[in-house]
Amino acid sequence: MASIPMEQGLLLAGVLFVIGLTGVLVRRNIIFVLLSLEVMLNAAGLAFIVAGYRWGQPDGQVLFLFILTMAAAEVSVGLALVLQLHRLFKTLDVDAADRMRG
Amino acid sequence: MNAVYYISSVVAVVATVAAVTGLNAVHSLLYLIVSFLAVALIFFTLGAPVIAALEVIIYAGAIIVLFIFVVMILNLGDVAVEQEKRWTVGKMWIGPAFLALVLMAELVYVLFQQTVHHLPGAGPIQPQDLGATLFGPYMLGVELASMVLLAGLVGAYHLGRRRQPDETAQERQEPVDAGARR
Repeated sequence: MASIPMEQGLLLAGVLFVIGLTGVLVRRNIIFVLLSLEVMLNAAGLAFIVAGYRWGQPDGQVLFLFILTMAAAEVSVGLALVLQLHRLFKTLDVDAADRMRG
Repeated sequence: MNAVYYISSVVAVVATVAAVTGLNAVHSLLYLIVSFLAVALIFFTLGAPVIAALEVIIYAGAIIVLFIFVVMILNLGDVAVEQEKRWTVGKMWIGPAFLALVLMAELVYVLFQQTVHHLPGAGPIQPQDLGATLFGPYMLGVELASMVLLAGLVGAYHLGRRRQPDETAQERQEPVDAGARR
């Protein structure tokens, strides 16, 4: 059982979130965009765990479970969209699908 | 245990940077697994062993395996790496990374403005407390999570379905006809 100040835990969550955000902004390959989204969701979950650890309440962990569920649902739909994108446009470039018409 | 926390946070940050900046999708996913395992270790040091186990099982297990299946289905090879090299030139990173760093600096500033400094954690949370809370006050959330999962399942099935060639052609045709009729 470590004794970490809450600020340092939140700092790590912020750093991971910013890395994921940069990935979402920069990458053009849709697989990497989804991967960066996973990093961001994981960082948000880490922030909840750190807060729950600080106050000794299980609510943070409960919220992490909900984030986990949401991430799993999101990634399954997102990867199905990747398959459709690749099937229709023969590319993984997100810019190929900017017309909102199949 | 503090050393474990700091070492695994450094590993997590390095692995995440490598995953986000990588060119080969499979290499990036492997780095992402390392990152998730490091975060799981952090959860363990922060008194959340159940969450650490779930992080390994669901994030590093199920979600990454899903990614790897898709990469395998798409059958990306060296061509994809070459394409990535063309898509992500070095100077593309400057603008977004700078803006994200500005946000990061603001976050750090606000975080360390607080007067409550260096308060250690309140102790590990027992799994039975977690279960009692999850199925007590958060019961509605559990039900809603099941609905989200069902919607995700149906949505993934519908989107991932391989359409018949004539069906796709029909759908391509229809919007044009609708526009002509109007």
